[in-house]
Amino acid sequence: MAYSDKVLDHYNNPRNVGSLDKTAPNVGTGIVGAPECGDVMKLQVQVNGETGIIEEAKFKTFGCGSAIASSSLATEWLKGKTVDEALAIKNTEIVNELSLPPVKIHCSVLAEDAIKAAIGDYKKKQESGKEAPATAAQA
Amino acid sequence: MNLPIYMDNHATTPTDPRVLETMLPYFKEHFGNAASRNHAFGWEAEEAVETARKQIASLIGATAKEIIFTSGATESNNLALKGVAEMYAERGNHIITAATEHKAILDTAKRLEKHGVRVTYLPVRQDGLIDLDMLREAITDKTILVSIMYANNEIGVVQPIREIGKICKEKSILFHTDGVQAVGKIPVNVIEDNIDLLSLSGHKIYGPKGVGALYVRRKSPRVQLTAQMDGGGHERGMRSGTLNVPGIAGLGKACAIAQAEMSEESRRMAFLRDKLKDRLLAELDETYINGSMEHRLPNNLNISFAYVEGESLLMGINDVAVSSGSACTSATLEPSYVLKALGAGDDLAHSSIRFGLGRFNTEEEVDYVAAKVISIVKKLRELSPLYEMVKEGIDLSKVEWTAH
Repeated sequence: MAYSDKVLDHYNNPRNVGSLDKTAPNVGTGIVGAPECGDVMKLQVQVNGETGIIEEAKFKTFGCGSAIASSSLATEWLKGKTVDEALAIKNTEIVNELSLPPVKIHCSVLAEDAIKAAIGDYKKKQESGKEAPATAAQA
Repeated sequence: MNLPIYMDNHATTPTDPRVLETMLPYFKEHFGNAASRNHAFGWEAEEAVETARKQIASLIGATAKEIIFTSGATESNNLALKGVAEMYAERGNHIITAATEHKAILDTAKRLEKHGVRVTYLPVRQDGLIDLDMLREAITDKTILVSIMYANNEIGVVQPIREIGKICKEKSILFHTDGVQAVGKIPVNVIEDNIDLLSLSGHKIYGPKGVGALYVRRKSPRVQLTAQMDGGGHERGMRSGTLNVPGIAGLGKACAIAQAEMSEESRRMAFLRDKLKDRLLAELDETYINGSMEHRLPNNLNISFAYVEGESLLMGINDVAVSSGSACTSATLEPSYVLKALGAGDDLAHSSIRFGLGRFNTEEEVDYVAAKVISIVKKLRELSPLYEMVKEGIDLSKVEWTAH
């Protein structure tokens, strides 16, 4: 299978690889996928409490090149967005940006799910006002 | 050293230049039809075919008349299973095979099931080998055929063929083996192994694509097959169709070369393979070999790099041609059924790479591939949330994943 230049670029130079403190109250963590399906994405956002803007985003992905590229791209797009703007990101935008073929659309769906899971985790922490540690089950 | 490096010799092999030389005249001046009995063009073609028949027979301990030419091993496997099922239908309707067979066997068996044949698919042990006691227990008075591959195309494990042949002979059941990966790589002898039918292919042994053969035993017992294609009655009536003379000449030459060079070549393959294996295992943790190392082709290495997905690994080593058992690389979106049959778990199946060494690989290439794989696995593990979780002490089997 041939990969698009953008997928190759993200694979060779993944943006924002790493981890944030998942116990911090202003960090939301989303882990989606399953090892036996061949894809697991962990996506984290750090939100500025006053502005509501995502000031840091990090990812780690176990998966094919398109899954790595989808999550890498997602972290680029998340930074600077408000939480609500982040929730509006659609998997189809990722498909278009990376020119993903039909068999790789599930990678973009997973990235959208990871964004929603991370934001959901952040919102949950805000509501409870406690420093609840994130778990994969919340995804 | 030239890039890319080809290390996927279970899929196909490059044609040996000596094989190509042998073939060329039969595309040019010696273009005759081997079935033309009344002129020199036909005689030359027939002579080439009969030479090849002897060369193939010699490699597997058969006689020339027992070799039936086909278009390849898929056809040989189809002919063996369907031809036996049809010819021996009155004697019984039960066939035994294994879960890790090639699709050319499994899908043929499935087709036969639709026509009333009962098929037992033996499981394999964790090392990839069948359990001989389970084979014995599966045999009934309706069993007409056992078909077990000689060596597996993904994990390279070599089945206990001689023991299987002995069991079949005792029970007067025909024994077919898919010998595609084994013939020309390790010693195969249809007499000593009690094999009644054997499939082989040209392009896996440095011969051309589009040609293969089926060994059909003529003595004790004399095996009969119902032809699956109607026509001119070529090949003792078992396989009609004008013979692919250049391909057959090439297959014969490939067998002759294999026979002459096997002992030295297999030693060299094992040396290179072990060097690759030892380096990968020494420099990477959580790396597992799939299938028995003891009963294995000398040129095969199938290895799982835990917490790294196979396709992303292939992408990183894009100047090395190998293959992955991961779902993403296949059309089916299912990880390798062979690795699943070993009980490896889908996650390790997704993380597997098959290295198939061949005649034209060099030690320099092996060193390059080892270094490249090590650096990419390390990079991808830095990217892997699973590797991070395991290092934090999280038991991945206890995590509630969101399957999608």
